[in-house]
Amino acid sequence: MLKIEGLFKQFGGFIAINDVSFELIEGEKHAIIGPNGAGKTTFFNLVTGHLLPDRGSVAFQGEDITGRPPHRIVKLGLARSFQRINIYPRMSVFENVQVALIARERQELRFFSLAAGLCGPETNELLELVGLDEEADELAGELAYGKQKQLELAIALAENPRVLLLDEPTAGMSPSETEEAIRLIREIADARGLTLLFTEHDMTVVFGIADRITVLHHGEIIASGAPEAVRSDPVVRQVYLGEEEAVNGAA
Amino acid sequence: MTGRMTRPVLAACLTVLVLLALVPLLESNYLIDLFNEIMIYALFALSLNVIIGYSGNVSFGHAAYFAIGGYTMAILLTTYEWSLLPAFAASVAFSFVASGVVAYFCTRLTDIYFAMLTLAFSMLVWGVAFKWRSMTGGDDGFVGVDVPAFIAERVPFYYFSLVVIATAVAVLWVICHSAFGRALLAVRENPVRAGFVGINTRLMRWWAFVVAGTFAGIAGSLFAMVHRGMYTESAFWPESATVLIMTLLGGMYSFFGPAIGAASLFLLERLTNEYTEYWPLVLGTILLAILMFLPEGLAGLAQAVRRQILRGR
Repeated sequence: MLKIEGLFKQFGGFIAINDVSFELIEGEKHAIIGPNGAGKTTFFNLVTGHLLPDRGSVAFQGEDITGRPPHRIVKLGLARSFQRINIYPRMSVFENVQVALIARERQELRFFSLAAGLCGPETNELLELVGLDEEADELAGELAYGKQKQLELAIALAENPRVLLLDEPTAGMSPSETEEAIRLIREIADARGLTLLFTEHDMTVVFGIADRITVLHHGEIIASGAPEAVRSDPVVRQVYLGEEEAVNGAA
Repeated sequence: MTGRMTRPVLAACLTVLVLLALVPLLESNYLIDLFNEIMIYALFALSLNVIIGYSGNVSFGHAAYFAIGGYTMAILLTTYEWSLLPAFAASVAFSFVASGVVAYFCTRLTDIYFAMLTLAFSMLVWGVAFKWRSMTGGDDGFVGVDVPAFIAERVPFYYFSLVVIATAVAVLWVICHSAFGRALLAVRENPVRAGFVGINTRLMRWWAFVVAGTFAGIAGSLFAMVHRGMYTESAFWPESATVLIMTLLGGMYSFFGPAIGAASLFLLERLTNEYTEYWPLVLGTILLAILMFLPEGLAGLAQAVRRQILRGR
C-alpha cells in the first residue's frame, strides 16, 4: 500500500531519518514507536509531502509520490492528523469538518455556490461519529483539548482516506480520554477498512491498537514485527522500552 | 462569517440601501458627492478585505488596482471614445488581468514579504501613471473624463453608482460566503492544515488577490467618472494605507466591517476638518486606538456589545 525506500533526511548536520525502508500492508494497523527525537514526526512529514527527502522514495499504491505537495497526496487517499493540535480555531466545529469535505469534493473554487448548505449531512455524520455533534456550532478554538483532538480526527476522516496517518493521536489526553480515543480509532478503522499508521508514546495505546510495530531509534529502524515479537526483542528492550515499566504500559 | 445572511443583517442592508437611495431627495450637492465617495470607498475597502480578512495576508499596495480600473475607464471613455459598457467591461477585465499577473508573483511569498511585494508593485503602477504623460496625463492627472450623457448629471450618476456598487457588493458577499470563501478562511486560519485536506493554498491566495483586485478596479472606474478625472495620488501608497485603515477600523473579521470603516473614516474626516486642521493627528490617534483596544474593529465591538446584551438577559 505504502512503500518507502532508502528515505534519508538531514537537518544541518543532524541526520533525522537515516536510510529507512518500510512497507505498509493494506488493512494493517501499524504503530511506529521510538523515544523522543527518534524521527517519528519527521518520518510522517516526509511521507505526506510536508518535507522533501534528501534521498529515497515514497510510493503509494504503486505510484511514486516523492516530492509531491500535501494537497495532491491527500487526494490520492492518504490523510493525516497532527501531534500538536492543528485545526481552524476561528471557525466553528462544523465548518472545520465541512471545509475538508468541500476540498474532497473539489468545490473550493466554486465562487457562487453558498457554503451554508454544502455537505451538511455528511459533516454532521462525521461529527456524530467522533462525538462532537453537540459542539457543532462552537468555535473550534474554544473546545477542550481532548475534543480538539477528536475534531482533528474528524477532519482527517472527512478526506475519506484509504490510509490514515495519526501522529500521537492521544498526546496530552487524560487516561479516560485516551481509552475512549483508542476505542474510537479502532472502531472507525475497522468499520471503514482503513489502513492505519500511527506514532505513539503511550504503550497502552500501541498494544491496544497495533497489529504490527516498527521501532525507530536515531532515525533508523531497529525492529519491526508483531507486537509480541517487538515486545520481547532484546535490542528494543535495551534502547527503548527500558526493561521494567514499558511492557506493562506505564510509559 | 457564518455563511448565512441572518435576518437582522439582511434588514440592515436593505435599510442602508433605501437610505442611500433617498439621499438625493435632500437636494444637497455636498451630501450626494459625499455619499457617492463613501460608497466607492466602501467597495474598495470590502475588496481589500478579501485579501486581509479572508485570506489572511496584508496588502500595502491595493490602490494599484483601484488606479488601474480608474485610468483604464478614463482613457477608454475619453481618449478612445468607447461607450460606457465596453469601457466598463474592459476596465474590469484589465483589473482582473493586472492583479492576476501581480498575484502570480506575490502569492509565492507570505507575511511581510508578501506585503512588501504588493507595495513594490503598486509603486510600479504609480510610476507608470506618473511617467506615461501622453497616456495618463502624468502628475497633472487625467482631466476631463467624458462621462456618457445619460449619467452626466449628478443625481443620475449617483443612482448609477448606487446600482453598480450594490450589485458588486452583493456578488462579493456571495463569493465570500461560497465554498471558495469557506476554503479561503481555512487557508487564513491554518494554511498547513488546509494543504493537508487537499486545498492548494497558493492557488486560493491567488484567487483571493484577483477577486480583490477586480472589485477594486470597479470602485476605481466609478471614481474616475464621479471626479471626471484620475490622478496619480490614487495609485500612491498613502491611498493603500487609507483603505487599509478603513478595513481595520471597520473590522476585518466581518464582511461588512470594512464598509462601516470607510463610512466612519470619511465622516470623521469631514467632521474633524470643520473644527481643526489636524486630521492626520486624529487619524493617528484612531489607528492607535483600534490597534490597542479594538483589534476586531467597529464590527467586532458591535458583536461584543451584542453578546453582552444577550448574556445580560
